[in-house]
Amino acid sequence: MGSEIMNKAKYRSPFKMFKELGILLALLALCAGLSIASPYFLEGTNLINILRQISVIGILAVGQAFIIISGEIDLSVGSVLALGGVVAAEVTAKGVDPILAVLIALLVGGLAGFTNGILVTKFRINSFIVTLGMLSVARGITLLITGGMPISFNSVASFLGGGYISVIPVSVIIMFAIVMLGHFFATRTVMGRNIFAVGSNKRAAELSGINVVKVKLINFTVMGILAALSGVILAGNLLSASPSSGSGYELDVIAAVVIGGASLAGGEGSIIGVLIGAALLGVLRNGFVLLNISAYWQVVAIGVVIVAAVGLDQLRKH
Amino acid sequence: MAEGTIDARLDLQGISKSFSNVQVLNKITFKCLHGEVHALVGENGAGKSTLMKIISGVYRLDEGKLMMDGEDRLFNSPREAQAAGIAMIHQELSLAQGISVMENIFMGHLTNHPLGLINYKDLASRTLKLLAEVGLKGVRPEDIVSDLSVSQKQLVEIAKALSLDAKVIIMDEPTSSLSMIETENLLSMVQKLKQQGISIIYISHRLEEVFQISDRITVLRDGISVGTWRPEEVTPAKIVALMVGREASETLPVFHECQKDLLLEINDLSRPGKFANINLSLCKGEILGISGLVGAGRSDLALAIFGVESKVQGSIKVQGRLITIKSPADAIKAGIALVPEDRKLQSLFLGMTVGENIVIAETEKNHSFATIDRKKELAVSNGFIEKLKIRTQSSQQKIEYLSGGNQQKAVLAKWLLCNPQILILDEPTRGIDVGAKEEIYLLIQDLAKQGVGVILISSELPEVLRLSHRILVMREGRMAGELERSDATPEKVMLLATGQNE
Repeated sequence: MGSEIMNKAKYRSPFKMFKELGILLALLALCAGLSIASPYFLEGTNLINILRQISVIGILAVGQAFIIISGEIDLSVGSVLALGGVVAAEVTAKGVDPILAVLIALLVGGLAGFTNGILVTKFRINSFIVTLGMLSVARGITLLITGGMPISFNSVASFLGGGYISVIPVSVIIMFAIVMLGHFFATRTVMGRNIFAVGSNKRAAELSGINVVKVKLINFTVMGILAALSGVILAGNLLSASPSSGSGYELDVIAAVVIGGASLAGGEGSIIGVLIGAALLGVLRNGFVLLNISAYWQVVAIGVVIVAAVGLDQLRKH
Repeated sequence: MAEGTIDARLDLQGISKSFSNVQVLNKITFKCLHGEVHALVGENGAGKSTLMKIISGVYRLDEGKLMMDGEDRLFNSPREAQAAGIAMIHQELSLAQGISVMENIFMGHLTNHPLGLINYKDLASRTLKLLAEVGLKGVRPEDIVSDLSVSQKQLVEIAKALSLDAKVIIMDEPTSSLSMIETENLLSMVQKLKQQGISIIYISHRLEEVFQISDRITVLRDGISVGTWRPEEVTPAKIVALMVGREASETLPVFHECQKDLLLEINDLSRPGKFANINLSLCKGEILGISGLVGAGRSDLALAIFGVESKVQGSIKVQGRLITIKSPADAIKAGIALVPEDRKLQSLFLGMTVGENIVIAETEKNHSFATIDRKKELAVSNGFIEKLKIRTQSSQQKIEYLSGGNQQKAVLAKWLLCNPQILILDEPTRGIDVGAKEEIYLLIQDLAKQGVGVILISSELPEVLRLSHRILVMREGRMAGELERSDATPEKVMLLATGQNE
């Protein structure tokens, strides 16, 4: 019995390990190829630049991963991001303490997410529809607040987006912290596992005593907070909050989650996979710039990568 | 013989079928004549629907011959059977809800225009003719199906069968959700179809209807055809005896007396549309069987006690204390556990491991905000795997790959881990092989011996008769009667369940 437990002590099945291994290998292969093709790729400044570029998508993708694992989707992340950045800048401009302004922005983002969650769970509207609505509403409110013009955002809080600790951008550190926290939550806490259970079989989760409504509300609210945080980071980086920032991000975020091995049907996915997915997209973009290929080809390539990653995943499963 | 073959519209000879080594049909012989109403009766699981699915092309037979109008036929798909003139009207109607009556009736052959254009005027006039034929007044061809009542939908299904020029119509429990007047209408429609030379295979648990309309009755039991009779040759009671007539259960195991401490008291529990005025009590260590036909409201009752159904009226007391159960979490906290009837839909997390499936209810109940203690979880789930003899590679195996019996044992383990005082089991051995069944029976008795009160809902009579101290019988959402163990026989239960005692 004792040795039996020892044998089984490896918690993650090789199946799951391999799943992340697949995209990790793809990422490494891409990096290897680029380091041969361009002498600049492996330079420290370039690598840090890539990390900085993926930090916002990475943070958003962690929240999106939990939502997708629970069997829902959030299309409003890009708009809530813009709302968060604009609220932080506007409140700061009104003379409020910059740190408090950021907290207010996070609160507003959380509120937007909570609203999504209530509409999905209590009013039973499909999350695709609800968040499509929120995508429009949040963007509209952002435009109303700003009158369509960017607001300057230059305060201590800009440190979140533009600051460095030694040579590492603060936003990258925040991303890694959130990824680690998310990974711990997904694999080591009861609530995290309940999210998988809800996505795997909602009815069975209910009948096992899990409060499905609570799980989804928390997911959407956290997503809203993370989106607002991303908005603050983006505004801090540019020293200005633009009402049009983050538009189209929802697709990149969902792509990162799906490339990372999550299933849109729910019940499956990993936070480490999401990070690798985001990195893969970032490296790909970077590669096109380094190799001086038209940005239009980059758009085509990303589409191909998304479909190929999911297609290969299906092949592996069957 | 020669004459018989000519007369027979449908002639099944020696049909056998098994699913993963379980023989479901064993050399069934069944004949339906031109213009005959042939009733098919039997307990749940006797093989009626499998036989009908073979006739309508859903399943392929393993052995035997299917003759139609003297010709050897083999249907590879429902479409082929349909083309040959076999129409099936399902218990759960199979119309497309969101589109019109005429589009439903002519679905699949809406037009033969080369560009696929539909002549709705023509379609409507043909539909009107069919609707008149089935006596469906007040329904227009362009009405949307979801706006119709159940009985109207049924008649639309019949109209659809007529449009396909059906020679054989199979009706599976057509009156189970109809009122008395609607039932009478349907039965006279059946008579009319019969006069047009259409053969009808009529499956029903309602013996009064069966005796009223059928020309002959065939009884199935455990996948064997027991025989065929004319209604005047038999009585309903005789048919019931033939349906259940197997020897009493194999070996009567040790049986213990239950204690007299009241554990659960349910007063006047109702859920509009599902069940009404249910009273029941359960003692410590008692196994209370609930029998009845499919659709009698037993599962709805179980879900209501477990806090899943909303709009439930009435009171529930656990150990003399009145409690409010608004969610499964409330029920679990009150010491109630439910193993629901559909394992795949309601119990299992197929993509997760056996261990995760076992611990999920307990962790939510006791440590909802805690981190996972993997060592402890591993020990707990391995303990149950050993104790319940769950055959799996390890607790880290995905539960998807276990057999039905072992999956069910894992579901039981999930609830045992929560230490329930009251365990509700809804069809706990459905689709499980004999060996695992015995193990589950012993486990149930063992739990009762330890003082757990068990409510056992089952459509398998031998199971209920063997395990229960008392048996409640439900019929159409109400308690039809209660039988003590010493008093209970398969006949008495079936009479209560079908309402033949009145």
